[in-house]
Amino acid sequence: MAKVIGAVVVDNEECKGCGLCVVACPQDALSQNKQVNGRGYHYSFMKNPQACIGCSNCATVCPDSCIVVYRVKINEVRTEPVLVS
Amino acid sequence: MNLADIINPNNLVYEKPKLLTENTMHYCPGCSHGVVHKLLAEVILDLDIQEKTIGVSPVGCAVFAYNYIEIDWQEAAHGRAPAVATGIARCNPDKVVFTYQGDGDLASIGAAEILHACNRGENIVVIFVNNGIYGMTGGQMAPTTLIGQVTATTPNGRDAGRNGYPLKITELIAQLPGTSYVTRQSVHTPASIRKCKKAISKAFQAAIDKKGTSFVEVVSTCNMNWKLSPVKANEWMVDNMFPFYQPGDLKDSTKTDPASYTPLKN
Ligand SMILES: Cc1ncc(C[n+]2csc(CCOP(=O)(O)OP(=O)(O)O)c2C)c(N)n1
Ligand code: SF4
Ligand code: SF4
Ligand code: SF4
Ligand SMILES: [Mg+2]
Repeated sequence: MAKVIGAVVVDNEECKGCGLCVVACPQDALSQNKQVNGRGYHYSFMKNPQACIGCSNCATVCPDSCIVVYRVKINEVRTEPVLVS
Repeated sequence: MNLADIINPNNLVYEKPKLLTENTMHYCPGCSHGVVHKLLAEVILDLDIQEKTIGVSPVGCAVFAYNYIEIDWQEAAHGRAPAVATGIARCNPDKVVFTYQGDGDLASIGAAEILHACNRGENIVVIFVNNGIYGMTGGQMAPTTLIGQVTATTPNGRDAGRNGYPLKITELIAQLPGTSYVTRQSVHTPASIRKCKKAISKAFQAAIDKKGTSFVEVVSTCNMNWKLSPVKANEWMVDNMFPFYQPGDLKDSTKTDPASYTPLKN
């Protein structure tokens, strides 16, 4: 079965730390950084990168278009032996 | 698989639309205006009309909209965007013309302009960002402010006896024979944003097809003047704005030619 893995890249300096992406993520993959960026905003980051499925919800809701989303499909490795006749 | 393998141009599924400029938007964190701008940029790109689209920006927080979307723009005096757009659309019938207006701009000082442009059935798109308040000037009551809503000029909440009733101008506009598509949308969740994008796209297609005026209200937030966090502002909007400003299509005659009137064939 194919599985999807995603990753997002946040433009740390463009992010205004509004938090809308954090609540839009169905996987709880994002959080706001305790540190602030150059403009004083608690920018968003992937606190749980393994959880991301690349659904783009976070980027869709971002008013400042500062999230880029990537997604790959991988085929899970078959563990059981395959019968060949 | 590690991050470096995933973050690769071949795996790109979402990025900032190319029609948005590099300028950082001046809007407050979490402001709905940014999302609506992004949808406009996406729709204009999807329809491949960037070379023939002319926007008319308002007075209000979106006054600098022309700094953010790489198309031709004209800035209009407060509330006059529909009149300016009328002139542009009539002189340039090959162009796609839209106004971008707030609720103070459209429903208060510009109420006459919008009603008459819609009643004339001008071939324009109207994007109406209704956040129920005068955002730019510091949060005064707008015609759209809800009963009981606290603003700088209604510190005890809007009172119908003193301040009159909130105006459902979109419902008025849907009555006018000049309009072909009138809808109310929002941009607070991924699903509503995708739906709003479809509505904006349909509105632009109606203008391209010379169907008369198409009107997209986006029920929005002004978290700054509502004095709420962006996340809480969206919740407040759902709980308080949606029961009064119900999302959905109010009118759609884009498929049938309305027999009751003759749209401008310019
Ligand atoms: C002729 C004129 N009258 C009043 C103003 C002051 N003014 C500037 S923006 C604004 C209202 C903006 O509210 P809205 O259209 O809802 O836009 P928002 O900022 O909420 O997006 C007003 C009254 C002005 N600039 N020009
Ligand atoms: S792409 Fe989807 S799963 Fe990944 S961080 Fe964004 S919202 Fe969460
Ligand atoms: S939605 Fe955008 S601006 Fe807001 S916190 Fe997330 S990345 Fe930053
Ligand atoms: S004042 Fe309100 S409408 Fe204006 S940018 Fe700030 S949040 Fe947006
Ligand atoms: Mg407003």
